[in-house]
Amino acid sequence: MAKESIVIIDYGSGNLRSAAKAFERVGADEGLDIDVLVSSRPEDVLKADRIILPGQGAFADCMKGLSGIDGMIDALEESVIQKARPFLGICIGMQLMATRGLEHGLTAGLNWIPGEVVPLKPENKALKIPHMGWNALHQPLTEPQDNRHFVLRNVDSSQDYYFVHSFVFECKDSFHVLSMTDYGGLIPAIVGRDNMIGMQFHPEKSQQTGLRLISEFLQWKP
Amino acid sequence: MLKTRIIPCLDVSEGRVVKGVNFVDLVDAGDPVEQAKVYNDQGADELCFLDITATSDNRDTIFDVVARTAEEVFMPLTVGGGVRGVDDIRSLLNAGADKIAINSAAVKNPEFVKEAANKCGNQCIVVAIDAKKSGESWHVYTHGGREETDIDAVEWAQRMADYGAGEILLTSMDRDGTKKGFDLELTRKVADSVSVPVIASGGVGTLDHLVDGVSEGHASAVLAASIFHFGEYTIAQARAAMDEAGLAVRAS
Repeated sequence: MAKESIVIIDYGSGNLRSAAKAFERVGADEGLDIDVLVSSRPEDVLKADRIILPGQGAFADCMKGLSGIDGMIDALEESVIQKARPFLGICIGMQLMATRGLEHGLTAGLNWIPGEVVPLKPENKALKIPHMGWNALHQPLTEPQDNRHFVLRNVDSSQDYYFVHSFVFECKDSFHVLSMTDYGGLIPAIVGRDNMIGMQFHPEKSQQTGLRLISEFLQWKP
Repeated sequence: MLKTRIIPCLDVSEGRVVKGVNFVDLVDAGDPVEQAKVYNDQGADELCFLDITATSDNRDTIFDVVARTAEEVFMPLTVGGGVRGVDDIRSLLNAGADKIAINSAAVKNPEFVKEAANKCGNQCIVVAIDAKKSGESWHVYTHGGREETDIDAVEWAQRMADYGAGEILLTSMDRDGTKKGFDLELTRKVADSVSVPVIASGGVGTLDHLVDGVSEGHASAVLAASIFHFGEYTIAQARAAMDEAGLAVRAS
């Protein structure tokens, strides 16, 4: 198998070196021949075999940061939509896949998955905001393993992932929600369609369980 | 269901791990990165580094410690100590920290917390509160517990949450280093009065203390240093004790 290039898009939303290390660690542990590049250059996105869009902070600021790089959104559209290269959005990077976000004002997103990013408001007022810490993935993981999304084929509800967010991605179409987590009710934890997947939690901060998901993503051939 | 977090804390001074008993009497006990790896392997839910001599000493060493740690372990890392401006926060985040604890600088200039939360995101701003009982209430202390203020700790926690803190790290100065357990009254008062998660800290001597911090103190997370650091208990034992008490914890 030829060497695959992985690009982690740097658009001024925090440290990406440790995220890059997580991907490199998975590559080394699983014997995957990959090159991990942290870059803010659209041409690197166009060249990459797989694209990671991280993100932390607020939706509006992240979208502003992304669109502030000349040609970046066009490069993303070309690579992910036209060329259908595997794409992983993490945290705000996942939320940016939405039609729009309501954090710090109404902001248009990439509109890859119809839906809105709205404040998390659990009915139980004793629940803290942000939803911060380790939580499990639920539904539709009850599906038989054969029907599951490739990336989620080995996930079960005994494993926890590290979440930290105050807004949630409300998908217009429920079939885009690949997995949910329970925080005063079920909220989307993983969304996706075709060659793209987005995780509300941080796989790169979720120790072995998270690294396993990264590994599945790196081996996914949508 | 969200799990209760167990957070080992490493007090770091000039790049080395130390242990504080009532914040004095320091004992050098190892390399923070090595310790972090041990806690990672034990399945700690998060890690916390407090650079305890930072307000007075050269603090560049902490950047190196954070960077080396973030490249070795893939879990959330909170770093505090000597954080005075947004530049300090950015430097620590760029080194690989996920959350930054602010203490004295928040007291000196509360607007700083607003600015930090706006610029870096609420999720990475932790306001650390060192509180000590004074009559019927608790006062906030600064500078590693050396300076008293007349600020009420409960009101302060509320204000900091309003200003954008994503989390409160609450340490009882009365209990810190005593091994008598958390100040549960203080913890509960603060946890019940803010909408953000509260980490209980200061005084853990037994595994039951960790349980009490959550079941009676209503904390979202428990932080301890010496019981883990000197090998009295492992993270797994702490988790088992909490599980047995009916608290939701991560499967190991």
